[in-house]
Amino acid sequence: MISTVTAATGSPWLWYISRGSGLVLLALFSLVVVLGVATRTGSTPGTWHRFTIAELHRALSLFAIALLALHVVTAIADPYVSIGWLASIVPFVSHYRAVALGFGTLAVDFGAAVIITSLLRRRLGFRAWRAVHWLAYLAWPVAFIHSLRAGNDLGIGWVALIEWGSAAAVATAVLARVLTAVRTPSPGESLDRLSSPSTVAHFRGGR
Amino acid sequence: MRTRARFRLRVDPIACDGRGLCAELLPQLISLDDWGYPIVRDTDVPPELAWDAREVVKVCPKLALHLEHSPPPP
Amino acid sequence: MPRPLLPPPASVAHTPVGLGPPPAPVARLLGGPPLVGRTTLDEHLARFGRLPCDAGDLSSPEELIDLVGRSGLCGRGGASFPTARKLAAVARQPGSAIVVANGTEGEPASSKDKVLLARSPHLVIDGAVLAARAVGAAEAIIVCHRAVRELVDVALSERRLSRIDSIRLRAATGADRFVAGEASAVVHWLERGVATPTRTPPRLAERGLCGRPTLLQNVETLAHLALIARFGPEWFRAVGTEAEPGSMLVSLLGAVQRPGVYEIAIGTPVGGVLEVGCGAVAGAQAILVGGYFGTWIPFETALRRPFSRAGLASLGAGPGAGLVAVLPADACGLVETARVARYLALESAGQCGPCVSGLPAIAGELEALASGGPFNLARLQRWLGQVEGRGACSHPDGAVRLVRSSLRVFGYELERHSRGRCCAPPRTEVLPVPALPR
Repeated sequence: MISTVTAATGSPWLWYISRGSGLVLLALFSLVVVLGVATRTGSTPGTWHRFTIAELHRALSLFAIALLALHVVTAIADPYVSIGWLASIVPFVSHYRAVALGFGTLAVDFGAAVIITSLLRRRLGFRAWRAVHWLAYLAWPVAFIHSLRAGNDLGIGWVALIEWGSAAAVATAVLARVLTAVRTPSPGESLDRLSSPSTVAHFRGGR
Repeated sequence: MRTRARFRLRVDPIACDGRGLCAELLPQLISLDDWGYPIVRDTDVPPELAWDAREVVKVCPKLALHLEHSPPPP
Repeated sequence: MPRPLLPPPASVAHTPVGLGPPPAPVARLLGGPPLVGRTTLDEHLARFGRLPCDAGDLSSPEELIDLVGRSGLCGRGGASFPTARKLAAVARQPGSAIVVANGTEGEPASSKDKVLLARSPHLVIDGAVLAARAVGAAEAIIVCHRAVRELVDVALSERRLSRIDSIRLRAATGADRFVAGEASAVVHWLERGVATPTRTPPRLAERGLCGRPTLLQNVETLAHLALIARFGPEWFRAVGTEAEPGSMLVSLLGAVQRPGVYEIAIGTPVGGVLEVGCGAVAGAQAILVGGYFGTWIPFETALRRPFSRAGLASLGAGPGAGLVAVLPADACGLVETARVARYLALESAGQCGPCVSGLPAIAGELEALASGGPFNLARLQRWLGQVEGRGACSHPDGAVRLVRSSLRVFGYELERHSRGRCCAPPRTEVLPVPALPR
């Protein structure tokens, strides 16, 4: 229905909204990743409370879902390109630029897994939730590749700024996360000591 | 007359990592020791803090806080 | 810089006055002297006869549990939980239960479980078999220290050859760490090879090893069980006190003439317990009772107290795992406690923040105190309060108890230490602390 309307009017708004929301989404997703790392590493800028960071991470990721819906719907509904609704969940099946959009779909799939398990976190238990949450570190580069390939506006200054600025922010966050993991002794260390035999304490038998 | 169910907050010391979000949200019931780990007061959660107590259980990044029924009075 | 030596506190006579003759020897678990070598299966059967349940008596588990209840047997692993209640709790669980005989003995100063398994393994195995009958288990695992593993294996193969047991028996070597002897740590070790305590719900009696109802008992408790089944509750109650009947094994070390493992009647005065080891060396200052999670008591105060839960409770102490370590005149209680506190800190399972962070902080403060450096007593007390009760197991509680008692008993030393002096020559070491691999 939307396609017939725009075909009749020839308006490029769906195209603009789709691509514009995509850029905002990239910036937002990057911010969510940075906040997620900040929640984990416990580092807070200035006097921000830790729970503020945690709740902001959660709230922004839920808001990103709404923005993502706008991005996907406008892209698929746009009559200028033929994508197909299936391509919104199954990667690499789009008629138009299958690979470039396929990365986007993959990012949506990973993101959906992360979000759904987070909403059901208490029921799943900590370990199952965390195992799936690692996918977020995979979802971001996949989304980034999608933004580079599907969008071809890198020549425009502010677009490049958003792209590379987001990449820099996420790279910094990932580095901070890696350093935290390296610095904190894992529980496994103490467990190793308790699993391996040590020198035997002397004992004295009876008379 | 129906008596309201009484609840307590309890921290699982193995899961807890000392992140400190709980003490920020609920200082009336949770304080931090010298190393950043929560000391949870061993009293019933008062009704006016019930909502905060539920929030604190949800916000813990390690899911280390639990609300459980208070033991019956002696 | 050499520390000036000060004269030791006023010494006591070698033989404590007014306690009468040494107590009558108790030879139930370890047999009479000479305590050499392992009891073979034939010797064991010759001395005690076959198990009643095999010989046709005591056919029902309820009878056995009732017998144990009437005897008043309590666990000998340190917690003193009534054994009959534990048996009943496991017996009423659905599903196939399993028995674990815990001889891990993570406490480095205690040797009673090793000596018992080395000397009388068949009593322990008998007890495990009886316990299995009582709770409806078809399998029992004897967990022992690596030092006696071979002896246990030999005992088990003797029994296998004679086919006298109706349940499956096997041995396992316990982990060689302090917390490894804790009940849930033993189960964790058997299941996953990791000797750390686990969260207590669910209880072992309901869901323990591999999800099955698990009866975990100290090996000494099972040995007593084997004798109660043969000789009855009245026999068991013939020694000990009304509230705490029976005998127990103690590990004597430090300033006693003959350190070692002995069997005593519960309720024997502490002075009498020392007499079993031929008495204390002159000048003994204090006694550590229970274990490294136990309590220091001043020597004179301890002598007349009955060695039982009731007798020691008012001193904040308990028989625990049967350790009686006597501090000689030329050692410093604070230095010893600092060494043990550092050991306990290193032996933390590392799962709970207050224990992992708090115990090393407390050990550091004690070390500063012991070496005559600057220390902050108020901060140490605050830390002790913050660590107690905030772990998943009782490891930090035990450490706190030990440190608090040392500050009480050796309080007169604090002033001296704050001036950089100590009564003991450097590097005197009484309490054994194993070297840990780095």
